[in-house]
Amino acid sequence: MSKFSKKKSGDIPAVSTASLPDIVFMLLFFFMTVTVMKDNSLKVENVLPNANEIKKLDKKDRVIYIYVGKPSKEYEKVFGTEPKIQLNDKFSGPSDVGSYILQERAKKHQDLQNFLTTSLKVDKNASMGLISDIKLELRKVNALKVNYTTYEGDAFRNLQ
Amino acid sequence: MARRAGAPEVSAGSMADIAFLLLIFFLVTTTIETDAGLDRMLPPMEPPEDDVVIKQKNIFQVLINKNGQLLVDDELTDLKALRLKAMDFLDNNGDGTCTFCKGKKNPESSDNPSKAIISLKNDRETKYSTYITVQNELVGAYNDLRDREAQRLFGRDFVEMEATYLDQQTPPSEKEKLKEKVKQIQDLFPQKLSEAETSSNN
Repeated sequence: MSKFSKKKSGDIPAVSTASLPDIVFMLLFFFMTVTVMKDNSLKVENVLPNANEIKKLDKKDRVIYIYVGKPSKEYEKVFGTEPKIQLNDKFSGPSDVGSYILQERAKKHQDLQNFLTTSLKVDKNASMGLISDIKLELRKVNALKVNYTTYEGDAFRNLQ
Repeated sequence: MARRAGAPEVSAGSMADIAFLLLIFFLVTTTIETDAGLDRMLPPMEPPEDDVVIKQKNIFQVLINKNGQLLVDDELTDLKALRLKAMDFLDNNGDGTCTFCKGKKNPESSDNPSKAIISLKNDRETKYSTYITVQNELVGAYNDLRDREAQRLFGRDFVEMEATYLDQQTPPSEKEKLKEKVKQIQDLFPQKLSEAETSSNN
C-alpha cells in the first residue's frame, strides 16, 4: 500500500517559473522606454497644476528647468515653509535666477543658445509674487520663452 | 575514444534574478517626466520706442485678486464664464472689417481680432493654480476660435495641426506644407496677451 501513499504526496506539480524572466524583461523594457534618468533630486514639494490647452516641451537639451515650491519635509527646519526656488541642487533667491540662466545657457551648444525654453515647474500652492520676481529676472537676461509646465487634466480641478 | 556529449546546457534559472536586478535599478534611477505645459512669451525689457495709443474698447482687462476672484472689464465674473467672454470679445468685429468673424458687432467691444488685446493682471498673493487656470482659459479661447477657422478652411483642428507641425517625428515635407496653414490661422487670430507687472495692493 505504500506505493499509493507515496504518489499522493507529489500530486500537485510545481508552478513553472520558466516564463518569469520573460515577464520581468517585459516590465524592464516598459520602464526603460517610458522613463528618463533623474538629473537632480527635488528638494521642494512639486505638485504641478492641471491644464488642458498644453503644448509639448522642446527636446530636453533645449530646456532649462526652474523648480518652485515649499521645501520638503527634511528641509523644513532649515529653510522654513515659505515657497522657495530650486536651481540645480540648491535653494536660491530670485536674484540668483539671472546668473543661473546665463550659466546654463553658456553650457549649451552654440546653435541652440537662441532657442532655449525655460520650464517653470511650480507647485500649485505657490503664490504669484515669487513667480513675478522670476519672470522679471528672466526678462532681464532676455530668456523670454517660458513654459509653465503642468499636468494634463481639467484646469478647473486646480480650484478645489 | 571519449564520447562527446556536446557543451552542457547553461542554466537559465538565475535569469529572472538578473532581470529583476536591472528592473529595480531602472525603477530607482529614473522618473516619468512631465514635459508639457502652457507656452508663453515674456515681453522684452526695453519698452518700444513709440508709444502706441490703444483704444479702451480694444482692451479686455482681466484682474485676479488674492482670493482668486476675477474682475473682467469691471465686472465680477466666474472663472467658468471667462472663456466665452474672451471669445465674444475677440470675435466681436466692431468695425466690420473682419470677414470671417461671427461676433455681435457691438460698437462698445473690440474692433477686429488683430486689434483686440487681452490684458492680464494679478496680485502678488494670487495662487499659482488660479493663475494657470486663467491662462489656460484665455489660451483656450484663442484655440477654440482658431479651431473654428481651421475647420472651415482646412477641415481639421488647429491644435492638432500645430501639434503635428511641432512634432519632431513629422517628415520635413509635411512640415513645410503645414507651416503656411498654421501661420495663416495664427494671423487670423493673433495671440495678443499682455501681462502687466503684479500689484501688491489689495
